[in-house]
Order: sequence, then C-alpha cells, then structure tokens
Amino acid sequence: MVAASSVEREIWRLLADVPDPEIPILNVIELGVVRYVRDEHERGIAVGVSPTYTGCPATEVIQASIKARLQQAGFETVRVDSVLAPPWTSDWLTDSAREKLREYGIAPPAESVDSPRRLWSEPTVRCPRCSSQHSERVSEFASTPCKALYRCTSCLEPFEYFKCI
Amino acid sequence: MTPAMSYQLTVGDTSLILAQRLGEWIGHAPALEEDLALANIALDLLGQARYLLSHAAQLQGSGSEDDLAFLRDPQDFLNLSLVEQPNGDFGQTIVRQFLVDAWQLELFERLQQSSEPKLAELAAKAIKETRYHFRFSSGWVVRLGDGTEESHRRVQTALDALWRFTHEMFVASPAEQEAAALGIAPDPASLAADWSRRIDEVLKEATLKRPADVAYAWHGKRGQHSEHLSRLLAEMQFMQRTYPGAQW
Repeated sequence: MVAASSVEREIWRLLADVPDPEIPILNVIELGVVRYVRDEHERGIAVGVSPTYTGCPATEVIQASIKARLQQAGFETVRVDSVLAPPWTSDWLTDSAREKLREYGIAPPAESVDSPRRLWSEPTVRCPRCSSQHSERVSEFASTPCKALYRCTSCLEPFEYFKCI
Repeated sequence: MTPAMSYQLTVGDTSLILAQRLGEWIGHAPALEEDLALANIALDLLGQARYLLSHAAQLQGSGSEDDLAFLRDPQDFLNLSLVEQPNGDFGQTIVRQFLVDAWQLELFERLQQSSEPKLAELAAKAIKETRYHFRFSSGWVVRLGDGTEESHRRVQTALDALWRFTHEMFVASPAEQEAAALGIAPDPASLAADWSRRIDEVLKEATLKRPADVAYAWHGKRGQHSEHLSRLLAEMQFMQRTYPGAQW
C-alpha cells in the first residue's frame, strides 16, 4: 500500500460531503463504496466506486455527485471507475454509519456476512425505535434494493432493515 | 461473434427479458410488499444484464449496451425460452422465477471460476443477490403449494405448464459448447443434478408434484423463440425504434 498523498487525503475529505442519494444521512465513505482514490497527476484523479447492488439506480447518481464535488473543489479531470470485485458487502458499512442508520430509523445489518449463524437462523433484528429484540420480517424487499421490511412486535411500528449481503 | 460474446448474451439476455417481464407487475402485484419485491428482483436482473451487455458490446468493438437491448431483432436474442413466457397469474410468475433462480444459483456458483474475469466478477456479485431471490420465490412456492386448495391448484398448473421449458437450461447451445471448451462457462449439463435436487426439496415441502421430464428442448438460446418474445420486445424497444437516439 502506497501512503496517501496530501492530494489523496484531500479527496477523501471531499468525498465525505457526497451523500448516498437514497439514504442521505450516510456519505459514500460511510456506505463503504469508495474503494480507492488515486492521484494520477497529469491524468487527473481516479476514484474507484463499488455498486451496492448490481442494479442499484443510486450508483450513477453517486458517480455523478463525486465528479461534481471534486470538480467544484477545483479538480478538473476526474474519472470514476466502477469496481465490481471483490463485491461490496454490508460488512463495509462503518460503525458511524450503523449508528446513524439506527438514529434515522433503519435497523443496521444484524450480523456479519461471514457469521456462521446466518446459515442456520434468522438474525435477531432490533427495532430502531424501542430497541426491542422482538420483530418479524414483513418482506425481504423494501423501498431500495439494500433494505427489507420488518415490524416490531413490541411497539408495533414498521421499520426498514439494512440487509446483510 | 466470438464465443465469449455469444455466451455473455445468453446469460445477459436471460436476465434482461426476465427483468422486463417482472416489470410488468409494477403496480399490479397482489400486495405492496410483493410489488416491491418483484421490482427489486427485476432491478438486480437489469443490473446483471447491463453489465453483461455492455461487456458484450466492448467485445464486439462497436455499439453499446443500449444498442444491444433496444435495436436487436428477436432472433438475435439468446435468452432461455422460459423467461419470455407470459406472467400469467402471480403463481405462474413465482414458479417461473423459482425455476430460473435455482438455475442462476448453480450457474453463478460455477461462473465464479470462469476464465473470463468479467464473468467471474459478475457471478461473485450476482450470486449474493440471487440467494435473496431464491429465498423469496421458493418461500412463495411453499406458501402457495401448501396453502389453500385454489393456490395449490394454480401453482401446480403453472409448474405443469412451465416445466417443458426447463430442459433447455441443460442442453448446450453452440455458444455454450464453445464457451465450455474455452473454460469461460460450465457445461450446462453439469448443472442439472444440483438444480434438480434444489427444486425437489422445495416441491416436497410445497406438496407439489414434479412434472415428468420432456425430451424436447426449446431453442431460445439459439435465437429460436416463442411468439411471446417479439411482443415483449415491441413494447420494450418501442421508444428507441421510433425515436432513435432519444434520451431522457
């Protein structure tokens, strides 16, 4: 790993201003989709971004927003590469992202994708409102590809759950 | 057309046409949750298709994913015949999805070892989504099969009607033969046993009867389609055909 140059550190700072268009409380770094930032000098800046889901419509908006933010800061030539491998996983959400999701009313992924328990049982999804461990899945799919619909059986509120993938 | 390109169209067109079919449900599914589910699955499939078609266009050295999706004629599409079959009722859509999801699980599992890095990358990504699709479709097959008398009857009827299209999954087209010889793709026949086992487990739980296998294979993968594909394309391609190059 090459140490990040001051330009690259500057780019990382700027990327923290770019929100996920579907869950705008998270920025693209917290979402875990930024894979690399490279200062390619005369060839400009390259940013590697992974899609969360192959068909997620937010991907293109994210790419355009990254370009716009960097250009606004004076970086004229910006290339955004789509990086598929290794595939994005919800394990890459940062700790601060998990906390923000909870505050926003979305239950963060309950466990790691690699957890062996995932093979045998449904995860315990805590209600983001009342913290009850008693919830049930209403639907595997919700308003965006990355979420499922749940209902809290204690406070009876429906809520969204950020899926483990 | 190189074997790699034809093969990517076989897999990509299957995802594209199924995505288009599922899109027909938007606003019409039995419940909001199912509406969202079918749309989400369609979106994942569309993502796979975009990736594969844009790579196929690169291999071709001209055109784009959009040209391949919107300007090809029916005989140039290489999708499985199963995915172009009409939606029918919700049970039929679910059965079609279940049969294809199980096939994609086996396919993507093996494609991760493809000698073509683009395919291996996509397979590693797509299999994670396909597991969710299969959990949804197989869950519904069980719920409907082991449900009421009417739901059981409907889903068994759908299974009986669609089963004849499944044999095509395991009979290699010329493109698949060449791709297998080059290590780009698995031999389709090698998927059959695991697919069958997966299907049988669910059908048993759903109290459904597995239909008898048929010897005849449909030839969607060779570009010979049922009449349904041209109607589907007429709708999907209308805008680009009528207003070439139109953009939002």
